[in-house]
Amino acid sequence: MDATVSFVLNGKPVTVKSPHDRMLVWVLRDELGLTGTKVGCEAGLCGACTVLVDFEAVPSCSTTLGDVAGKAVLTIEGLALDGKLDPVQKAFQDHHAFQCGYCTSGMIMAAWAFLKKKPKATRTEIVEAMEGNLCRCGAHVRILDAVESAGKAMGGVR
Amino acid sequence: MRRRDFLEGVTAGALTFFFTTPVGSAPIVPTRPGAYAEDLNAYLKISADGRVGCFVGKVELGQGAMTVLAMLVAEELELDPAQVDMLMGDTDLCPWDMPTGGSLTMWHTAPVLRGAAAEARAVLLRMASKALGAPVADLALKDGAIWVKAAPARRTTFGELVKGRKMERHLGKIKPKPLSDCTLIGRRVPRKDALAKTTGAAKYAGDLRLPGTLHACILRPPAHGLNLVAADTAAAERMPGVRIVRDGTLLAVLHPQPDTARKALALVKGTFEGTEPDVDDGRIYQYLVDKAAPGQRVMISRGDLAAGEKRAATVVEGEYRNAYESHATLEPHTSVAKWEEGRMTVWASTQSPFVFREAVAEALKLGQDKVHIIAQFVGGGFGGKLVGPGAIEAARIARRVPGVPIQVAWNREEDLFLDGYRPAAVVKIRSGLDAGRGAITFWDSTVAGVSQGEAELPYDMQTNRYQAPAVPNLHPLKVGAWRAPNAHTNAFARESQLDALAAKAGLDPVTLRRRLITDARLLRLLDLAVETFDWEPAPGPTGRGIGLACGAWRQGLVVAIAQVAVDKTTGKVRTERFLEAVDVGLVVNPDGARQQVEGAITMCIGQALSEEIRFKGGRILDKNFDTYLLPRFSAIPRIQVVFADNATSVTQGIGEPPVVPVAAALANAVFDATGARVTHVPFTPERVLEALKRVPAK
Repeated sequence: MDATVSFVLNGKPVTVKSPHDRMLVWVLRDELGLTGTKVGCEAGLCGACTVLVDFEAVPSCSTTLGDVAGKAVLTIEGLALDGKLDPVQKAFQDHHAFQCGYCTSGMIMAAWAFLKKKPKATRTEIVEAMEGNLCRCGAHVRILDAVESAGKAMGGVR
Repeated sequence: MRRRDFLEGVTAGALTFFFTTPVGSAPIVPTRPGAYAEDLNAYLKISADGRVGCFVGKVELGQGAMTVLAMLVAEELELDPAQVDMLMGDTDLCPWDMPTGGSLTMWHTAPVLRGAAAEARAVLLRMASKALGAPVADLALKDGAIWVKAAPARRTTFGELVKGRKMERHLGKIKPKPLSDCTLIGRRVPRKDALAKTTGAAKYAGDLRLPGTLHACILRPPAHGLNLVAADTAAAERMPGVRIVRDGTLLAVLHPQPDTARKALALVKGTFEGTEPDVDDGRIYQYLVDKAAPGQRVMISRGDLAAGEKRAATVVEGEYRNAYESHATLEPHTSVAKWEEGRMTVWASTQSPFVFREAVAEALKLGQDKVHIIAQFVGGGFGGKLVGPGAIEAARIARRVPGVPIQVAWNREEDLFLDGYRPAAVVKIRSGLDAGRGAITFWDSTVAGVSQGEAELPYDMQTNRYQAPAVPNLHPLKVGAWRAPNAHTNAFARESQLDALAAKAGLDPVTLRRRLITDARLLRLLDLAVETFDWEPAPGPTGRGIGLACGAWRQGLVVAIAQVAVDKTTGKVRTERFLEAVDVGLVVNPDGARQQVEGAITMCIGQALSEEIRFKGGRILDKNFDTYLLPRFSAIPRIQVVFADNATSVTQGIGEPPVVPVAAALANAVFDATGARVTHVPFTPERVLEALKRVPAK
């Protein structure tokens, strides 16, 4: 049965009528047309659908609509401010830290959430933070480089 | 740029070049003989606004084709690659091309495109010469403008020159710029897909939002070999908005919401009948050997094997296996099909739009002109999207609901179940080394599961025999091309076998190869790899955990050196460092090429250490990434890539070559670390522990 759920999406309030237990990824892609968030495994194993809920990275394939009621959801589409790329997006571009791009939205969101807490992370800490996100093309080394340099660019403050 | 803008831009007052190549000019024989000659194969349109549009039948899979092809056009026309708009993989708009696979884009399509751009440059200069009243030699060209060098105010632009013109050119008259004049080739160029892919704007097949789309979820048998005979759809049909479509044994549940369609499908009770294959992932190797045996054929035979064996001082007999492996692209197979006004349009995640067109036309008994395939950004291919069963499913369903866009997006379980795997294989090699440890006296190789493709390298092995089976339907499961097909299986066997011979004869692995290599290019590459790695080879096992392997894909050569640490209590292999030295001729886009090598090494660490499709009868036991293990960040070593300085040779593709020697280098590194030879890909901790048990105590 449809519920009426309100939350903040990329800085703007939205209200969605959909079942409470519907997974967020479908609400985002299907109801709200935000297709930057990808579907890879539907089981929280690959990270392609990673979004931020109150600044925590979560797999939106395993997060229900009800879970985000009254919370702030940030997707890849909401990262650039006034057309200016976020430092993490910029770093992924500069390092060519992607190939097919299917994992990239999730990678960027996971990296963003981590760097917000710990911009001066060591390489080992970055590896641990990104371990839940799969990339099949093998852009891993560049992704780690990008996250490291984005952290530096963010300088610990955002 | 959006497709519509692009088309409007090029139809209004544009100069359109159609290029055709003379028969036989393509470097290899196309799959359809004569196809390149009959069809227009490269296509440039220069619009009134001066932008250059490039139409090619290749697809952007992540490998960077979009960027490197734009680079080549920009190089000849003195543009920024950003000024070249790429339109790829649309069967109505792009000239016919072979699939995007086999590392063919740079070898095959790129020279045609570069030639086309060179010819366009010559034509534009001639037109400008007339317009400006100055000889071509006195003209300069840059960023879409042409001017008289001595009087820069006398200038014109591509846009002014081209208004309303159309011409057909035959290639071959004009040569591309000499390398010394090139300013883009060999430089790092920003990827054209970078903005779209880092902002979520890039559209993959599943991202299309065509009004009225219905999502189709298809009833699958629980096992291969079983077919649908009856279905109870009553419960599903009670859900609001659900439609059922049947087409033969295909049963699909349709709903406007993808997740609701999936839930409704779970309510359908299917009855399946048939016979599952009687084999599993443990018995598959003997199964393949037995089934292949009566069909074994001698593919190559030189010299007298028995005499060669008599001359051998060291003989090794090895059996090398690899499991079924999935492509496991992060984007599962996805297509959207729409049947309208007697035509089928399919927006697909595909490596081969023109193959998909043929396949959809055949499945629906339509003429090829009634099928339009539009490739989207593809979320990984690796050979898995050369064929399009999902696109055919979408088209079959769409044919029954005219005017309604039908999306078929396989979920992970379907993708792992329906994939055409890298074939499981067994390679048996018996071979010998002479007393002087400088010559292979005989080499006898028999494979089951793959062909003998790329089994040979330029090694001095004059007495040899290569056998492979001519047995149709050898595999109990569906198999397909997986990045460097056959080559990586055969390289694993060959390079492991050489390593074993070297170790048994007390020779280090580099010296043995130096003595055997007959090709100067490969020899130089070997030296480059060893020097860059800064390695003093010694007879193994040395305990250092360093292994080397060579490989080839056509003229592309690779030498790989791996360093590993092996935990002898758990059997876990950790890759510490991996280097590849690569010779693919002239490297057009160094950063793009490097990405392909880094990606291949990373991907094949999964191939070597963890990826295996487990099955029992027709049931695929791996259903998601919890048991089908792709390499994660913690598995990635320090990676080094070095290219041979070989700008005078024809550019080879780079997708396949760096895959070829990875598993072999890792296996040889495990041997060097422990004295245990792992012969079964993937060498999981269990298999490493088994191999350790076989090491004789000192």
